[in-house]
Formats: sequence, C-alpha cells, structure tokens
Amino acid sequence: MTLPGPLTFLLQLPLSSAAGAADAFLERLPLVARDWVTSWLPEPWRWLVNSLLSIAIILSVFGLLFAYVTLAERKILGRIQNRPGPNRTPIPFTKLRFFGLAQPFADGVKSLTKEDVVPRGADHLLHFLAPVVLLAFSILTFAVIPYGRHLVPVELNAGVLYFFAAGAATELAVFMAGWASRNKYSLLAAMRALAQLISYELPLLLAWVPVVLVAGTLSTTEIVAAQAGWQFNVIPHWYVFTPWGAAGFAIFMIAALAESNRSPFDLPEAESELVAGHLTEYSGFKYALFFMAEYFGMIALSGMAITLFLGGWHAPSPYLEFIPSYVWFMGKLSALLLGFIWIRATFPRLRMDQLTRFAWKFLVPLALINLGNAAFWSLSFHWSGPFQILRWLISVLVVVGPFVLLGRKLSAGVAPRVYRYAV
Amino acid sequence: MLGTGLLQGLGVTAKNFVGSFHDPARLTTIEYPEVKTKLPEAYRNFPFLVTENATDPMGTLRCVACQICEKECPPQCIYIEKSKDKKPDATGKPQLFPAVFAIDTSVCMSCQICVEVCPFEAIKMDQVYEIATTDRFSALLLNREQLAKSNAYYHEIHPTEAAEVDARLAAERKAAEEKAAAAAAAKAAAAVAKASPVAKPPLTA
Repeated sequence: MTLPGPLTFLLQLPLSSAAGAADAFLERLPLVARDWVTSWLPEPWRWLVNSLLSIAIILSVFGLLFAYVTLAERKILGRIQNRPGPNRTPIPFTKLRFFGLAQPFADGVKSLTKEDVVPRGADHLLHFLAPVVLLAFSILTFAVIPYGRHLVPVELNAGVLYFFAAGAATELAVFMAGWASRNKYSLLAAMRALAQLISYELPLLLAWVPVVLVAGTLSTTEIVAAQAGWQFNVIPHWYVFTPWGAAGFAIFMIAALAESNRSPFDLPEAESELVAGHLTEYSGFKYALFFMAEYFGMIALSGMAITLFLGGWHAPSPYLEFIPSYVWFMGKLSALLLGFIWIRATFPRLRMDQLTRFAWKFLVPLALINLGNAAFWSLSFHWSGPFQILRWLISVLVVVGPFVLLGRKLSAGVAPRVYRYAV
Repeated sequence: MLGTGLLQGLGVTAKNFVGSFHDPARLTTIEYPEVKTKLPEAYRNFPFLVTENATDPMGTLRCVACQICEKECPPQCIYIEKSKDKKPDATGKPQLFPAVFAIDTSVCMSCQICVEVCPFEAIKMDQVYEIATTDRFSALLLNREQLAKSNAYYHEIHPTEAAEVDARLAAERKAAEEKAAAAAAAKAAAAVAKASPVAKPPLTA
C-alpha cells in the first residue's frame, strides 16, 4: 500500500499502540501532526517552523481557554449565586443560543469596538506599551511548562527560574500602567498593587524552593520525571502527597491567587471599592489585554503548580495511563482553575493591612519552616521500616505545629469574630 | 483552628452551586422575553376602551362619547369626536359613539381619573408594559382601534373588578328592563282604560 508522502503517518496508527505508553499513538499525535505539517520544508528550516507552530498552538489553545474560562467563571459564579449566568448570546444572525457559548466572542467584539481613550497628559508610548508588555511576559511563562510527555515548547536547564523571572517582570508593566496614565489615583493604585505583588512574590518563591531541593533540578521536565511512579499502583509519587509538598502547594496556591490579582486578594482593582485601580485610564481593547494577561497569569501559575506539585502530566494511576498525558495536564489545569473560581465566589476581599500581615507574618515563616522540612525529608530518604513512619510523623508535625501556632497568633484578638448586630 | 471557617464557607457556596441545578425554587430568575411574570391584579397603566364583542370591536364600544373623561383628564391626553348618527348599544338603545377616540400615551400619566369619572364603565386601566416604539410621535398616539379591547380581556387582567362591573351593569339593565316593562304595562293599562270608559271607577262624592 502506498500513500502520498505526507499521509504516511496514518500507517503508524494501529502499529504503535502496543509499544508502551510513551509511544502510544495518541501520545505521539501532536508530534506526528507537527512533522506532517513541516515535512514538506527543507531540513534546515524545520526547527524554525516547528517553534512557530508551537507558539501558534500555545496562543490559540490558551487564548480559547482564556475565552472560555471567563465564560465558565461567569456561569459558575452565577450558579453559586443562584442565577443562570450569561446564556443568551446567539450565534450571529440566528436564534441558536447553545447556552451562550458565543459570549466570549461577543465580549471581544464589544471591547474591540469600544473607544480607546488616552488621557491628554498621559505618556502615550508607555500607556500603549504597558498592556503589551504585561501580556508578553505572561505569555513568555508558557514556554517552559511541560504540557505532555513530548510537549515541552522549550527545554531549559533552569526552566523554573525562567518561569518566575518572566512572571515577576509583569510587576514592571503594572507600574508602567499606573505611571503612564498621569493620574494620581492610578499611580497610588499601581504602588499598592506593587506592594501586594512583591509581598506575595516571597512566599511564592519560597513555596517551590523545597521542590527544587528535593528534586535536585531546576528543569521542569526533570521535576515532572522525578514525580513518576506509584505506591501500590494507587498513590502517585506526586510531591503534593508528602507533608512538605502539601504545605508547599497550599502556600503556592495562596500566593498564586495574590500574584494573579484574584479574589480574595484583588485589591489592585477592587471593583466594588475603587474605580479600577491602575487600570482607571484604560478602556476598550487595552483593558481587555490587561484582563487577558491576568487570566494568562492565572493559567500559567496553575500549570506551574501542576508541574511542581501535582505530578505534571502523569496519570494518577497506571491503569489510567491509556489517556494521553496532555489530557491529564488539561484536566488538572481545569480543576485548579475551577478552584480559583470557587474561591472567588466564596471569600470576601481582604484589607490591605490584613493582606500584607498574612504574607509576612504567616506565609513567609511557614514557607521557611517548610524549606527546613523538605531538607529533613531529603536527608532522611534512606530511612526504612519503622523509621519511615517516624519520618512521616516528624514531617507532618513540622507542618501542622507551626500552622496551628502561627494561625493562633495571626487571629489573636480578631477571631472568632462576633457580629453584634447581625443574627 | 485557622481555616475551618474558610472550609465552611466553601461548603456553603458548593451547596448553592449544586442546589441551583436540582432545586428549581432556588433559581428565581425569570427569563423575560420568553417567560413573563403574572402581574398583580391591582397593577394598572394606560387606559383602554371596553368592547362587548371581540368580533365587532367598533360596533360594540361601551363608550357613548359623553366626553367626561376628555374634560377630566389632568394632562389633557384624550381627544374625542362625537358621531353624527346614533347606533344601538348592547342593550339596543340608540346611542352616540366616538367617531374619533385618541389617547396620547406619551402624555398619559396613568392616573385612572378617566376610569373613575366614566358613568358607562367604558374605559378601564390596562396592564401593558411592552409599548416601546421607534417612532415617538404618531406611534404613541393610540386611536380607537388600538384602544379597543374586549370585555373578556378585561376579565383576564382584572378578574375581581370586572366581575363587579358586570354584576352592576346586569343589575342596571335588569332594573331598566323592569322599569320599561312596568312603564309598558302602565301604558297598556292606560290605553285599555281609555278605550273602555265603562270601567272607569265611579267618582266618589
């Protein structure tokens, strides 16, 4: 049987399924499809087109994910508040609604057609650059996340470091936005946002240091590889299932909430209290870009949390390995995003002093103690038998003890709160 | 311990999320253009003209063009022209009727004074709220064809009030018929008495 050149990959379809999970057809499908697209190119050009293809795919997949996360967020928030959420946007020129699935595109058209107002005294170049820079840095962070067994856009030795360096650069864009608006309230809000972002940068960074310490590498692919395998075929060797990993994951997620300006840490643009914080002078599509960057940041941080703590693309059990790794990654990502939305629907916003106190007096000490805990864990890796139980006991105590003590200190005098006039 | 309240809060929101799917009583939203709420009976705005028969609305208007409402209307939004001829009304009595009856709804303030002064139960308050138009002049000036609505519709929107009105009208008609019958009987008796002077009772001294 002969097929035209580019279609030969179809012949591999039934053959490769028996050759182990790593070579399963579905697992290799993205690579095979990419090679099929670039096979007509001369060899020296392929690497370039391959990279461009991965960029295009990341942009389109996460762009669509952003669009539908906003819709899911509005629908879930609505359901939690016992209302249906947006469900009316039809397919244009028809009456087909499909539960309002066209809503993100209607929102996009709306923000594109809105007038883009730039204040007269504003620094036009910086005012234009701020959303672009913010979005660019948010997208840069997508480069090092392993989305699947064979799907890492860029393999860096110091991938984790690169991720957090690019993520931290978004703070520059926030201040650019506040400064370029030439509005004293925007500037104040940008300073406040910066105070929050820098406060939470520390627990965020300290939360993943234990992972690097235990895995012994800064490469994201190697960190995922270090979490391979299962205990008794049911408990995966993910770091979240160790005492220090669970604590690190919790600290990481709380700091990620604050880093991505999500409720309950959405002080920089507290909709119900401020006009829009550092985004006051932004409208139309520039505002939408800020919004997009915020969601990209949230998605990227969730992806990093999966890589560092939730075993990356690994399936939770060897019996579920037939599902391709990138599906597992996306499943975990959706679960974390759902958690973000759930938290937003539940908790009221913190005050500025509560926010910084929580970071400096609670999360940072806990993260430092957790670092010691991880050091103990990696030093005691050869303990066996009853010592293994002792190892777990000590590690759990080092997590729970400081949590209870610090928590008592943190809430002394303010909790449990008594509401005198509300019954 | 720190965090238990947070978990409780998450539980509450999760319960609401799940509940909104299986408990229809939770979702209080009414999806308006497709589904409409039943307005309270006492809700009223903009008057309409009552007709006895929906198949012939212009022939059976209760309005007799007495122009009381036109004179009483505070914002002067009613305009009536009397007919030149008379038409029998529902009871068969010849009456004038409005050749032109117009209400400018851009002026009308839904005060119900026209309803209260009408002696013929001919104008009543409506329950309309989807009356937006693209033309703010002629489209808001409603003529008698647009204003005429059947008595059955009146029963639909204000059942209690309409039943009272119907009972009162029926009583009035019955009284009028009895009076007419009595008058006819008296007339007949008088005619009989006139025809036979013998039957005339003798004058007493």
